[in-house]
Amino acid sequence: MAAPKKGRGPAGGQSRPGRALAIILIAMVALTGGMFWSGHTTPRLGIDLAGGTSITLKAKAEPGQESAVNETNMNTAVGIIERRVNGLGVSEAEVQTQGRENIIVNIPRGTNEKQAREQVGTTAQLYFRPVLTVADGAPPAAPSATPSGSASGTPSAKPSASSSTGASVGDKSATPTATATTQGRAVSEALKAPSPTPTATASSSAKPKPTGTPQATPSADDATAALQQKFATLNCLDPKQRAAAGQGVKPNEPTVACGEDNPGVWAKYLLGPAEVEGKDVDDAKGQFDQQRGMWIVTMDFTDEGSKKFQSITGKLSQQADPQNRFAIVLDGQVVSAPSVRQTLSASAEISGNFNQESAQDLGNILSYGALPLTFETQSVDTVTAALGGDQLEAGLIAGAIGLGLVIIYLVAYYRGLSLIAILSLGVSALLTYVIMALLGPAIGFALNLPAVCGAIVAIGITADSFIVYFERIRDELREGRTLRPAAERAWPRARRTILVSDFVSFLAAAVLFIVTVGKVQGFAFTLGLTTLLDIVVVFLFTKPIMTMLARTKFFGNGHPWSGLDPKRLGAKPPLRRTRRATAPAAADPKEA
Amino acid sequence: MSKLGDLGARLHRGEVGYDFIGNRKIWYGLSILITITAIVALAVRGLNMGIEFQGGAVFTTPKSEVSVSQAQEYAEEASGHDAIVQQLGNGSLRIQVGGLDTAQSDQVREELAKDMNVPEDKIAAELVGPSWGEQIATKAWTGLGIFMILVVIYLAIAFEWRMAIAALIALIHDLTITVGIYSLVGFEVTVGTVIGLLTILGYSLYDTVVVFDSLKEQTKDITKQTRFTYSELANRSINGTLVRSINTTVVALLPVAGLLFIGGGVLGAGMLNDISLSLFVGLAAGAYSSIFIATPLVADLKEREPAIKALKKRVLAKRASAAAKGEPLDAVDELSAEAAVVGPRAGRHGAQEHRG
Repeated sequence: MAAPKKGRGPAGGQSRPGRALAIILIAMVALTGGMFWSGHTTPRLGIDLAGGTSITLKAKAEPGQESAVNETNMNTAVGIIERRVNGLGVSEAEVQTQGRENIIVNIPRGTNEKQAREQVGTTAQLYFRPVLTVADGAPPAAPSATPSGSASGTPSAKPSASSSTGASVGDKSATPTATATTQGRAVSEALKAPSPTPTATASSSAKPKPTGTPQATPSADDATAALQQKFATLNCLDPKQRAAAGQGVKPNEPTVACGEDNPGVWAKYLLGPAEVEGKDVDDAKGQFDQQRGMWIVTMDFTDEGSKKFQSITGKLSQQADPQNRFAIVLDGQVVSAPSVRQTLSASAEISGNFNQESAQDLGNILSYGALPLTFETQSVDTVTAALGGDQLEAGLIAGAIGLGLVIIYLVAYYRGLSLIAILSLGVSALLTYVIMALLGPAIGFALNLPAVCGAIVAIGITADSFIVYFERIRDELREGRTLRPAAERAWPRARRTILVSDFVSFLAAAVLFIVTVGKVQGFAFTLGLTTLLDIVVVFLFTKPIMTMLARTKFFGNGHPWSGLDPKRLGAKPPLRRTRRATAPAAADPKEA
Repeated sequence: MSKLGDLGARLHRGEVGYDFIGNRKIWYGLSILITITAIVALAVRGLNMGIEFQGGAVFTTPKSEVSVSQAQEYAEEASGHDAIVQQLGNGSLRIQVGGLDTAQSDQVREELAKDMNVPEDKIAAELVGPSWGEQIATKAWTGLGIFMILVVIYLAIAFEWRMAIAALIALIHDLTITVGIYSLVGFEVTVGTVIGLLTILGYSLYDTVVVFDSLKEQTKDITKQTRFTYSELANRSINGTLVRSINTTVVALLPVAGLLFIGGGVLGAGMLNDISLSLFVGLAAGAYSSIFIATPLVADLKEREPAIKALKKRVLAKRASAAAKGEPLDAVDELSAEAAVVGPRAGRHGAQEHRG
């Protein structure tokens, strides 16, 4: 693929064309066998051909935070979006980054694409809200169970909380929540500093201050009553209500929300205004705590976040359960609600009954929420199965027609020689198909409409190579050579031309593939692939076949229908031919 | 057929041939004229940017009872924007509504389904935010820029910088013409168009590279002979590769024509059509420029080189003296049969003699 090098004699083997042919035959058999063995006998079809929805999102960097759009953050975002989409019961939805700032979400047809579309585009909003009330997420059977006082006043400012011993109670077994049976949680989570420092908490613990606490202000309000009502009737077992619960609420207003404590176990929360925002979290990750032998989630806050967090944890740690809890709310849903035992600031950890997955998950959520990554929907492409099928059909017909026209032209112009061209095109087509089919499971390649276009256009590129070679041979024949030396002499120079021009094509495809997104990329990929295959085919198939056929009578003697008839080609009279013919093999084919 | 083969032979021997280099001023003039027209058209008329570039939606409905004008009414009512409705080959309708954001277009789709009495999931929709096309375009420009730089470097190494420059100029020329034609005719510019345009990159250069390769070969030992000037050999290269250029262009155009035909014939409009249209225009321009622009430009640039200049002087001086002596002007007429056989191979014979 590099710059043309001075070949050492006729590559492809003037003497051993059989070897090259054997190599490509083995490769073809192996690839085809591999295709059948893998069970993927057809290329995976893109959304635009198979039907479905394809959504393109673009990350928008907030001013001053441009560096936030980076690979790590994009990958985290992909993980989150994947979770969201697949949480909708969509199977095989595919979320991937494209380029530096795009995320493509492909949702196969027949799924709830409308809901997916709504969910996918929205920005993840992460807030830390103080918990006012928790209740079993199940039916709103007993409205009385919700102590109205908890929201209207500042009830539980218990001095007892001032005891800093709470700091040591990080692990699950010792939590008072075990007794607070109202919320049906099997195991609770707790929030504390990574290294328990009781001294720190002691200082701020003395005075339980109701001032400025969110609960106090709206107490008399009608809104509170409405919220109470909402909380009372909320049924978290209903997915619809669940999804609607926390949507569209301003961060500075109290709200209701649902949370899944354990798989299938839902709780509902009445939450105060957001105290800390996702962007206040600097970093978070799920980690295994060697000492305690459990999974925890660690969080680091930004400077500003630390201040906010310190102030709110100071307040919360004074309260009794559940008001000492902190709900981590992502997109209106409570993902975790650890209790606070002490005042915390720059860093904290959440412990509870995490396993590796849930810990890392929460870590992801926290750090993702910490990013100023918002996404803008760039395009939504919904293709019905019928239209996709039509397009595929049209593409295939166009390809067949294109191929047919090329073959007709080649036959008309090159006669017998076109046999080689057609065989080569066939080999090329087979290889392209098989590789595309194999690339589906291997790298997630999906054949889309532009890729089909690319493959059709590539017919021309592939045929170009033969034309370059054939014309070279004919030029040599015109010089008065016989076919065998002509084919060998023509090859090194044709080879150089083919390599140089294919390199240019490949360069174009590669640059496009790297730089662009979406449809353009699919096209570029096919073009690059077929250009590479073109070289493989010309070197390992076309040239050796030519060498072999040159030994046959039909071609070698320049039968009128061979396309190599010296007379028709207007070769020079035999004067030169005799001179040349004496030393055909000696004629060094590599020069020029 | 045999005539073509014969023509090929005569072109190969240089018995016939068109003086591309000698008439280059005509072709430069023509190209400049086309380029100016293209630029003016672009400035005055602009491009007919498709939905992808202004935001909006394209809905493709299944075959239904609803007529085109009815559908247009429905769409305009539902969206409050102008709508363009086309009937496609298979009886379905293609409804374009501009100026919508993705959220709005969702609603329009819903309402359309209701109005037309077809299930919503049978309506294919392409909803595009206004900045999507911009993003594609930006990336395309970036890709174009990077490609041009890389290809110039590559050609400068594989050939020489003059050829790289000439190829680049020819490439820009092709792109300008293609864009100009889009502007003049008013074809819609879509993402498919951009894809097609970018493909021209590779193709336009493919042809050019084939001619350059021959040129490089012909002029390998040019300073060791006094029969031909660089321009004359360049002209021979063009003529010698003419059959190849025509063939490769025809063969490249055939599948594209298939695409265009199918795109237009079966599916009405769409990506297949968009890609193939811009490819078609660009390929034709690419073939033209590789023959009429790129190689003459190389000759022009080359003739400024001192060694080549000196060669030209020597060649002309030799011819003048031969003419003065009344010798036959076989070498002066660079297209004579004798010159044709020996001329281009002069270098190689020389090389063989050295070796032998």
